[in-house]
Amino acid sequence: MPLRNKDILGIAELNVDEIDLILDTADSFSEISQRVIKKVPTLRGKTVVNFFHEPSTRTRISFEIAEKRLSADSINFATSGSSFSKGETLLDTVRNLEAMNADIIVMRHGIPGASHFIASRAHASVINAGDGAHEHPTQALLDMLTIRQHTGSLENLTVAIVGDIDHSRVARSNIFGLVKKKARVILVAPPTLLPHRVDDLGVEVSYDFESVIPKADVIMMLRIQRERQGKVLIPSLREYSRYYCLTPERLKLAPAKVLVMHPGPLNRGVEIDPAVADGPHSIILEQVSNGIAVRMALLFLLGGRSSREQSN
Amino acid sequence: MEQIIIRNGHVVDPSSQLNEQADILIRDGLIESIGRDLQIDDAHEIDATGKWIIPGLCDMHVHLREPGREDKETIESGTRAAAAGGYTALACMPNTSPVNDCQSVTQFIIDRAGRTPIGVYPIAAITKNLEGNELTEMGELIECGAVAFSDDGRCVANGEVLRRALEYARRFDRTIIEHCEDLHLAAGGSMHEGTVSARLGLQGIPGLAEEIMVSRDIQICEYVRGRLHIAHVSTEKSVELIRAAKQRGIRVTAEVTPHHLFLTDEAVASFDTNTKMNPPLRSERDRTACLAGLLDGTIDCIATDHAPHTITEKEVEYSLAPNGVVGLETALSLILTHLVHTRKMDLQRLVETMSHAPRKILGIAPVVIATGRVADMTIIDPEKFWVVDPSRLISKSKNTAFRGWTMRGAAEMTIAGGRIAYSG
Ligand SMILES: [Zn+2]
Repeated sequence: MPLRNKDILGIAELNVDEIDLILDTADSFSEISQRVIKKVPTLRGKTVVNFFHEPSTRTRISFEIAEKRLSADSINFATSGSSFSKGETLLDTVRNLEAMNADIIVMRHGIPGASHFIASRAHASVINAGDGAHEHPTQALLDMLTIRQHTGSLENLTVAIVGDIDHSRVARSNIFGLVKKKARVILVAPPTLLPHRVDDLGVEVSYDFESVIPKADVIMMLRIQRERQGKVLIPSLREYSRYYCLTPERLKLAPAKVLVMHPGPLNRGVEIDPAVADGPHSIILEQVSNGIAVRMALLFLLGGRSSREQSN
Repeated sequence: MEQIIIRNGHVVDPSSQLNEQADILIRDGLIESIGRDLQIDDAHEIDATGKWIIPGLCDMHVHLREPGREDKETIESGTRAAAAGGYTALACMPNTSPVNDCQSVTQFIIDRAGRTPIGVYPIAAITKNLEGNELTEMGELIECGAVAFSDDGRCVANGEVLRRALEYARRFDRTIIEHCEDLHLAAGGSMHEGTVSARLGLQGIPGLAEEIMVSRDIQICEYVRGRLHIAHVSTEKSVELIRAAKQRGIRVTAEVTPHHLFLTDEAVASFDTNTKMNPPLRSERDRTACLAGLLDGTIDCIATDHAPHTITEKEVEYSLAPNGVVGLETALSLILTHLVHTRKMDLQRLVETMSHAPRKILGIAPVVIATGRVADMTIIDPEKFWVVDPSRLISKSKNTAFRGWTMRGAAEMTIAGGRIAYSG
């Protein structure tokens, strides 16, 4: 069963079979990553453009590694602070990307729907690498893959997602994916960092981290943006940490096999204590390596698709 | 001497108690007689068999963009679009460039409008340059032809300024039209705050931002016994507040747009910027409440908030796109398709909400289909099926939220001020 759409814009658009297909494919690509020679010729002759309209190091590098391992030709096209400031619009960018004959466009943008905008106007497949506070599907897929490798299944797991939910694309994509996979999701945050109608997302909500920790099979910490403090959402990072930092003391409340995750980059000492981030429950580095496997899987599934179309 | 005879149409006008099949004879722009089988020679014959004839429609909330943004719309193109949509009159909002806050701009609009086939009634700004501080010269603006006052596009944030505007306008018995929006509560938002914004990660504009100001404005209006009109009502609570205010006898009126009657925030999930407007598309619950308010008389009229924007401006990331959609050419057909043909609304109420009420609120002469009156009417083909194709709109801008919608019913002919303004 192939993917139904030419693009990966969000977890919201994927069905459970597609999620399973991607995770299974990613599992087989993890194996390639363990080899001495890590390269396969799957995407030879294919052009992948990494279009990053917002600074990103980790996601972009993860995609670049995935593209290289599949032998694709990668082009980096970063616009923050360049042509966009000269008045180039997203529409101009679509035309440029099309002119480059991109087969796949990986894109990061600060505004929700920007990848939908490109996808509906370009022939190439688009992989959303983050659109504002909307979705970051590859992050959620790698998170689900990492959990699954430990637990075998996502069904009936209790996953606590802790932090600035309202402004987090990582949270949204994970919520959509975990709910589809029938996990129990508990969002933990002060009320000001939760979407107004959060209950409609099929999740539970708690303002009290310590009451949730004992129930959690997985604790997924989100990065808190420094610019949130001192405005009206939270009074200070100090007070935020007081209630929502995952400390060794709080972690003692958790079940013995609890998994601790974080999409990175970490604010050590703010939302997560260094001892927890580097401790035995942390699977943060596995998330990083699974990121490459998941991105390889998506490039493979989308790239393989377009080569089939060409051979017909 | 010019004579037109419209044969066999079904004439509906509650203000002249007409609801029957009749011929209408128009001579030199005036209705000469209404009756069965009128015998007349050498008149221009129009066969209206199977058609509905109602008083000409009036849209009290239109952005014509001239002066200043003639690339989006002009008085000429906007009035042609209006005539094609069945309108014989419209009121245009003052947020042009320059702002219509002084006699010369009002005069300019009146002069330009003189060449167009339909009635154009300028709404002048409440405050100079829409800044919310100093009142405009309302008296002189009225003498020039302004019919009401609004800072539409923004709310009069300062309660004292709104109070004085409502008080001062009493001197002239004119209406203050408010765009109700608390700018702090709405700041940064680009869609309704609700379930869909929670999913899409777009910053929300809570219904509260509107309701707080509807509530404040009603209280100020009650206190100073002014005349207040609430533009583009979009939430359930706003409808409730207006209903309660009317029950208390406060002189408040309200309008609703077709897009708030027929679309919800679910449409935003496409990220199509033609679903972006202010106030935003709200929840299904809000939509239903607005419709109920329109049907029970809480909401007095339907206004389009016709807001033309170029494709270049609209074809950008969602939160960067300007607010607004065009509406003049789809409003009547939407009401016919979804309210009249479905028997939620009768033709009498359509005439009330799209012709009589807006004129009454603006204090302009009513149009009545009766002997001796100026011929001003809309002939509707109730069974015309058509599909909204933006490229075929007469408006200079194509930013409709109803692309691809199938319509049942349309204006076939518009007779404004005694002259044929549009013939389909
Ligand atoms: Zn407005």
